[in-house]
Amino acid sequence: MESVSTRGGDVARSASSGGRGRSAPVALLKHLLLILGGVIMVLPLAMSIFDSLKQPGAVLSVPPTLLPSHWEFGNYIQLFRTVPFFQWFLNSTIIAVLGTGGAILSSTLCGYAFARLRFPGRDALFLICIATMMLPGVVTLIPQFIVYRHLGLIDTFVPLILPSWLGIPFYIFLSRQTFRTVPKDYEDAAHVDGASNWYIWWRIMLPMSKSMVATIAIFSVIANWNDFLNPLIYLNSASKMTLALGLQTLDSFYGTQWDLIMAGAVLMTLPMIVIFFVAQRYFMSGGISFSGLGGR
Amino acid sequence: MSGQKRATLSRGVRLGAEALGRPRSSAMRRQEARDGYLMILPWLVGFLGLVLGPMIASFLISFTNWQLVVAPQWIGLENYVTMLSKDSLIRASLADTAFYAFISTPLYACIGLGLALALQRRRRGLYFYRTIYFLPSITPVVASTLLWMLIFEPSFGWASYVLQFLHLPQQLWLSDPHEAKPVLIVMYLWGAGGSLPIFLAGLNAIPAELYEAAAVDGASGWRIFRGITLPLVSPVLFFILVTGFIAGFQVFTPAYVATGGTGNPEHSTLFFALYLYNNAFRYLNMGYASAMAWLLFVIVLGFTIVQFGVARRLVYYESSPDA
Repeated sequence: MESVSTRGGDVARSASSGGRGRSAPVALLKHLLLILGGVIMVLPLAMSIFDSLKQPGAVLSVPPTLLPSHWEFGNYIQLFRTVPFFQWFLNSTIIAVLGTGGAILSSTLCGYAFARLRFPGRDALFLICIATMMLPGVVTLIPQFIVYRHLGLIDTFVPLILPSWLGIPFYIFLSRQTFRTVPKDYEDAAHVDGASNWYIWWRIMLPMSKSMVATIAIFSVIANWNDFLNPLIYLNSASKMTLALGLQTLDSFYGTQWDLIMAGAVLMTLPMIVIFFVAQRYFMSGGISFSGLGGR
Repeated sequence: MSGQKRATLSRGVRLGAEALGRPRSSAMRRQEARDGYLMILPWLVGFLGLVLGPMIASFLISFTNWQLVVAPQWIGLENYVTMLSKDSLIRASLADTAFYAFISTPLYACIGLGLALALQRRRRGLYFYRTIYFLPSITPVVASTLLWMLIFEPSFGWASYVLQFLHLPQQLWLSDPHEAKPVLIVMYLWGAGGSLPIFLAGLNAIPAELYEAAAVDGASGWRIFRGITLPLVSPVLFFILVTGFIAGFQVFTPAYVATGGTGNPEHSTLFFALYLYNNAFRYLNMGYASAMAWLLFVIVLGFTIVQFGVARRLVYYESSPDA
C-alpha cells in the first residue's frame, strides 16, 4: 500500500508538471529545452543591447558578431543630438503619467459605485461596461478622429490622455471585483460617523486596495508607453511624437544605421524592464494577460 | 448654502437610521443613487461619447463618400458593394488577417500552457525561468519588431547566418510574400511567455486531491492531463483564446513598423486593420474605411459568439462561489 501510494504520488507530480521526475533522460531533455527556450527569449534583447554599442557599420558585418569589437557609447549621444529623442521620452512620460492618474481615479470611482452603491440600472450598466472590453477598437477609431479633429485637438496629447480619464472598462472591472472583497463593516462604521460615499471611496476603499491600484498603474503605464496606433493617428509634428512613434520613424530616418535604431529600441524598452523588476509581484498576479498587452 | 443644509440634513437622517438599525431611509437611498450615477458619470460620458456615439456615427458614415475636406455625400450601399465584390485587396487582407490570427493565437496559447506545465511545481529556478520567459512580453511592440527585423535582415541578419551555417538556401524573410507573415508570427510568439502568470495561476488553483485520486487509480500522465488538467484549466485557455483572437484580428503595429505601412511584399502583410488605416488616414476615404470597420466588427463579434457557443460545451466551470 505504501509503495503504491508513493508511486502514484510520483505519477501525479510528473503529470502535473509535464513529465518531470519520470526518468533521468526525460528530465534532462526537458531541462535542456527550458534552457534553450530561455536563450531564445533573452538573446534578441541581449543582441539589441550589444548592437547598440557597436561602431557605425559594424552591425552590417558578415558573418554577424554578437559582441562589439569596440564598445562604443556614441550611438546614444548621437541619438539625442540628431533627433529630438529626449523630447519623445518626455512626451511619452507625460502621457503615461497623466493617463495613468486619470485611469486610476475614474476607474476606481466607477468600480466602487458598481461594487457598493445601489442605484437603478446598475447591473445592466456594468454588463454594458464589461461588454465593451471585447469591442474591437478600430470600429470607433474613425468617428473619434473626426470628433477630435472637429475640436481642433489633432497634434495635441488630449486624444491620447482623455479616454483614460473616462474610465477604462478593464480597470473598472478589476476595481469592482477588488472592492467587493473589502469587509462592509468599515463602510458601515464610516457611515455612522457621517462619512460620504466619496470619502469612503477615497479614504477607505483606495487605501485598502493598494495592490490593485498598483496593478492598474502598471498596466496603464505600459499600455500608454507601448501604444502606437493612437499617437500615429493623432500626432503629426516631430516635437509632439511619443517614443513609440519616434522610434518607428528612426527606421526611415537612419536607414541602415541599425546601431542607432537599436540604441533607441533599448532606451524605449529599459523603463519597462525596470518597472517589471521593481513591481514583479503585480505582473505575476496574472492580470497582465487580462489587460490585452499581448503585443499586437 | 441650502445644498449644504440638505447634506447635513440627510447625514442626520442617515445617522438616525443607522443608529436605530432600521432599513435605510428613502432620502439616503436617493443620495446613494445620486452618488452612484455621479461616480459612473465619467465612464458613462466615455461610453456615450467615445464608444456608442462613434459606433452609430461610423455606421452612418459607412453609407457616405467622405474625403474629410468636403461634406459627406450619401451613396447608400455602394461602399459595401465595392468592399464585398470589387475590391480585391479586401479579400487579400482578410485572408492575411485570418492566416495570422488562426495560426498565431492557438500557438500562443499552446506555448503559454506548455511553459506553465513545464514550470509548475518546479522549485529550483522557477523565479529565474518565469522572469526570463516573461521579459519579451513587456518589450514594446515597436522595439521588438525593430529588433526582429534586424535578426531577419536577409544579408547580414542572424537568421540568414544560421541558414548558411546549416547549408540551407538563403531566404528573403520579410521581403518574401510567403515568409513575411510567418516571420511576424514568430515575432509575436516570442512574447508568448506573457500568458505564463495566468496559466500558472490557473494550474495552481487545481486541487491536489484530484491528482492524488487519479494517481491512486493508476491513471497515466496523458490521461491525467486530459481528464483533470485540461478541463480545469480550460476557462483560462478559453479566455486567452477569445482575447487573443480579438487582438489578432486587429493586428496592426508589427506590420506597420515592418513595412512602413505598405503591407508589402505583394500585400502579404496588408492586414485588415492596416488596410483600413491606409484607407482612412492615407487616402482619406472615411466612408469606405468606416464600412470596413463595421465588417471587421461583425466578423469579430460573430467569431466571438461562436467561441462562446463552443465553450458552453467544452469549457468546464466549477460552480462559482461568486456572491
